[in-house]
Amino acid sequence: MDNVTFLLNGELVDLDAVHPTCTLLDWLRDTHGLCGTKEGCNEGDCGACTVMVTDGSGAHALNACILFLPQLHGKAVRTVEGIAGPDGQLHPVQQALIECHGSQCGFCTPGFVVSMAVAHLNGQSDFDDRLAGNLCRCTGYAPIIRAARAAASHPVPEWMTEDLDSLCVRGLPRAGRQSPESADELASWYMENPDAVLVAGATDVGLWVTKNLQDLEPVAFLGRIEELKSIETSSEGLRVGALASIEELGAAIAPLHPDLAELIRRFGSVQVRNAATIGGNIANGSPIGDTPPALIALGAILHLRRGETRRSMPLEEFFLDYGRQDRRPGEFVEAVTIPRQPDRLKCYKLSKRFDQDISAICGCFSIAVDNGSVTEARIAFGGMAGIPKRATHVERALAGRPWTAETVRAARNAMSEDFTPIDDMRGSAEYRLHAAGNLLMRYWLESTGSAARVLEVVA
Amino acid sequence: MNVARALPHDSARLHVTGTARYVDDIPVPSGTLSLAFGLSATARGRITRLDLGPVRSATGVVAVLTAGDLPFANDISPSVHDEPLLAVGEVFYVGQPVFLVAAESHLSARRAARKAVIEYEELPAVLTIDDALAADSRFEDGPLVWEKGDAKSAVASSDHVAEGTLELGGQEHFYLEGQAALALPQEGDGMVVHCSSQHPTEIQHKVADALGVPMHSVRVEVRRMGGGFGGKESQGNALACACAVAARLTGRPCRMRYDRDDDMTITGKRHDFRIVYRAGYGSDGRIRGVDFIHYGRCGWSQDLSLPVADRAMLQSDNAYHLPAARIESHRLRTNTQSATAFRGFGGPQGTIGIERVIDHIANDLGRDPLEIRKLNYYPEQDTRETARTTHYGMPVEDFALHAITEELESKSGYHERRAAVAEWNAANPVLKKGIALTPAKFGISFTLTHLNQAGALVHVYQDGSIHMNHGGTEMGQGLFQKVAQVAAGQFGVPLEAVRVTPTDTGKVPNTSATAASSGSDLNGMAVMRACATIRDRMAEHLAMEHQATVADVRFMDGQVVVGEAAYSFADAARKCHEGRISLSATGFYRTPKLEWNRLKGRGRPFFYFAYGAAVSEVVLDTLTGENRILRTDILHDAGTSLNPAIDIGQVEGGFVQGAGWLTMEELVWDDRGRLRTHAPSTYKIPACSDRPDVFNVSLWPRGRNREDTIHRSKAVGEPPLLLGISAFLALSDAVAACGTAYPALDAPATPERLLAAVRRVRDMET
Repeated sequence: MDNVTFLLNGELVDLDAVHPTCTLLDWLRDTHGLCGTKEGCNEGDCGACTVMVTDGSGAHALNACILFLPQLHGKAVRTVEGIAGPDGQLHPVQQALIECHGSQCGFCTPGFVVSMAVAHLNGQSDFDDRLAGNLCRCTGYAPIIRAARAAASHPVPEWMTEDLDSLCVRGLPRAGRQSPESADELASWYMENPDAVLVAGATDVGLWVTKNLQDLEPVAFLGRIEELKSIETSSEGLRVGALASIEELGAAIAPLHPDLAELIRRFGSVQVRNAATIGGNIANGSPIGDTPPALIALGAILHLRRGETRRSMPLEEFFLDYGRQDRRPGEFVEAVTIPRQPDRLKCYKLSKRFDQDISAICGCFSIAVDNGSVTEARIAFGGMAGIPKRATHVERALAGRPWTAETVRAARNAMSEDFTPIDDMRGSAEYRLHAAGNLLMRYWLESTGSAARVLEVVA
Repeated sequence: MNVARALPHDSARLHVTGTARYVDDIPVPSGTLSLAFGLSATARGRITRLDLGPVRSATGVVAVLTAGDLPFANDISPSVHDEPLLAVGEVFYVGQPVFLVAAESHLSARRAARKAVIEYEELPAVLTIDDALAADSRFEDGPLVWEKGDAKSAVASSDHVAEGTLELGGQEHFYLEGQAALALPQEGDGMVVHCSSQHPTEIQHKVADALGVPMHSVRVEVRRMGGGFGGKESQGNALACACAVAARLTGRPCRMRYDRDDDMTITGKRHDFRIVYRAGYGSDGRIRGVDFIHYGRCGWSQDLSLPVADRAMLQSDNAYHLPAARIESHRLRTNTQSATAFRGFGGPQGTIGIERVIDHIANDLGRDPLEIRKLNYYPEQDTRETARTTHYGMPVEDFALHAITEELESKSGYHERRAAVAEWNAANPVLKKGIALTPAKFGISFTLTHLNQAGALVHVYQDGSIHMNHGGTEMGQGLFQKVAQVAAGQFGVPLEAVRVTPTDTGKVPNTSATAASSGSDLNGMAVMRACATIRDRMAEHLAMEHQATVADVRFMDGQVVVGEAAYSFADAARKCHEGRISLSATGFYRTPKLEWNRLKGRGRPFFYFAYGAAVSEVVLDTLTGENRILRTDILHDAGTSLNPAIDIGQVEGGFVQGAGWLTMEELVWDDRGRLRTHAPSTYKIPACSDRPDVFNVSLWPRGRNREDTIHRSKAVGEPPLLLGISAFLALSDAVAACGTAYPALDAPATPERLLAAVRRVRDMET
């Protein structure tokens, strides 16, 4: 049991003996009686429960349904009830939603209001991306986007910036052993509790609780370990701390590998990317996580720590088999390093929906061509095997060959030597295998200047 | 006061501030229990062992009920009593409620519900359309067949025949607010139920039967739903009955909400269909006759499947004159969720069948499908009446699609853009564009004629404020606002004078479901009549006092003017009260002109038709099947709109929902009948960026209902969903650009199906 202190709509909330996996959503609605925040899916996919959480790094939209109370210690939460001013004055996004007819049934509306208010506060106007994590079944979204545009020119109301100021003036007691404050502390605690569940952003672990109804204890919340959040650039490359959020990784990687930034744009939603960490996306070993194939194609090195012992390995070697990683009891992901290299990376994610969907397949390609011949090919896929996996046969079929359509056509046939994908609700084995080969063709087409992405076409 | 104004939704301010109250937001008395169902894990089997000991001993559990514990009716069916609340010895689909847990919290109820040990003797399950045909597993004795002329000979003697099969997936409603109910026991044997339902009267009826009490002992209240789309027409019965029975047995208030995964696993969805078509046509492209076979997968219980399948048959002409038609409709019983009402109620399935036929004919003739559409449209007036008569014998009296299509062609630049698309495709080997214009004609009325009635209750208080109530429910469609505008218009008062109140079976009895797009047609009229009754009484009294005639009394601008005198509406109300005039009235409306024989498929099932048309342009990646809607232009006929802002909202939302159904929304069951797409992580409804990049939606300015509807408006809830077909056929058009063969695209057109269609079309080339 933890003690948890946070600001809720400007008021201090001090909770003793919080059940570590009580979600903010359940606490708001069932315990605190604040019902504006809605439960739409209870798994972070609809955004009806979106809240604004402010910490030292700024204000972020997060899904309250998969946000555990201990994750909030020392932060400020603003729900839809706190978006209007203290005197009931509407926020510009609220006023615009009314005037633009942006609500019909109204159930998704509180979540939209919060996402829009956060974007408004942060001066962001890429509304389709900012709202990709908020589903609406009534309006077809058009009036909501009209409202977001209409509100953009209005100034940020003063009450929206108070959370950050209030945070700065409060010194908080530490939350307890379950919320380590440093990597050293985590390392020794985890050695003592190797069966514990480590919770970073809870975008995956959250569902173990809300859907599988699992008890997680012992559990540690890693959100207070600042040193593992850093992203450092050096001449060697980019070293990304395990607790850097996916959203932060996207921003850092954009100048180096814009196509990975584009893949990250489509990773989950804003709410998910703000919570999810690179360490979590790697350590949970999912065959359909989107960052591992891209990182493998970039030759990324994984850094693990166990007590005081550290080791490093090429990322692809971490994934042994479905559900099994090369990670020892008490060992955790500390960072991943992306070597500096010329940008040749293309990331192709296929899913039923562009935004906030899980990949049927995700193919990432980095192919070096010199004098018309392939000098090096690094190709990795998610969704094609039980692990994120390199296409070694395809790579071999390309290496040293002239970079032509004929080579590509021949190499794609090796795809079936690399992969025996499965049929599931996201795609059949046949689709996966055929489309994977086509993605290699797309890479070749793009390298020759052909247009090959529907997202780049306008009416 | 002008009735027709583009005012915001009546709850808009409540929505945006998070203060609009939904069922699960209602503060409950202490001691309220939360409920959860224990579900069947098998598609068909006899329960051989049901060990609920671990459930009963789980933390927080207060009661566990099985079928044998239910004191009265174990029945939640909206039709033929074939759907028990809790399974009786046998289960018929994965997700069927087997037992009910009442616990101190939602979480403890959910946890406990998973602790049961259930063993089954597995029986052969009928899962697919083919399974059902092989087993002759169906509702009704055999297929329903409607015929106009001799379609088979007409097809056989035609110059050309287009034939094929269209597989059409179902659709999850994905109302953002899941199913929810709350039952509060009252003194005596009374029960108050709050629920998220489109059909409070049916809830009242089913709860009364479940409690063994007359309907007068049950009062059902619905303030609003967080979306319905048909999914809350019958699917809320289970929760309301469960809460009421558990509340009666424990003496404590009970509430229930489905977790999203449970909601999608338990409740019915849009019917998936297979449509087999054979259409004969002339070299000019004119249809001579069509032979359709519909196979609808209805799931395990009948629910509303018969009228849904009927409406699919009714919509089989969409906008086209069919000289001869035969429609054979199979309503197949399968061991899956019981398919139910969903916006369009079978109409979209019937419509896409004939749109597919037209598209196929155009492809075979190498013509623009729009030419073939217009050629086969019902003619405008002044031609032979037989050419203006549907296949079920109803005259089409106000066919507006010639004018709408022409305006839309011009506004959207259809012809120029079609040429530009062809040019673009010639230059782009990998990405292909497609464009399609599709029309919609949608019949308005419940096909079960007796449902076309509505009641209202209006009070004018002595301070001039107005309390308005009617049988319709608010699910986001703006019904309450539209009807409030009608009421304010009747009294000539500002809208703020009218209080919208929750639907309440104690105020207006015996209501029909808010469904079939009929909400404002029926309830608007009923409210207008109630208001008119009070207004006439007020006018009579004031006229008498002023020795004027009733015709001299006018209600306008917040005032009541009697000759030279003018009162504020409040003063007028007070004077009438003091004059002992009743300021409360009911209103009642029944739709005229309806006459329908569903077995013969003859008559006039609809009061009128609503129309619309859409042009969609898409781009398709022929390497992956990925696609996007680049632009959609819509012109829709809402008659003389009661509220253009709300109506445009229905059109925009309906289009996106229809396009979602036909593109990305895919329901997948495995070979054991388990739904694999039971949450938004696996079932993808359109997200923000999936709406068309350019999205121009207008109401048809010349729209005016020729029938005497409420202020000559037209129903607008369901018809725009049909416009999503334009996106589907635009994708088909893009696939067609890969070769000359007809793409024969199935729905939903996921990237995988599109890629397969591209490969098929290309293979036929070589």
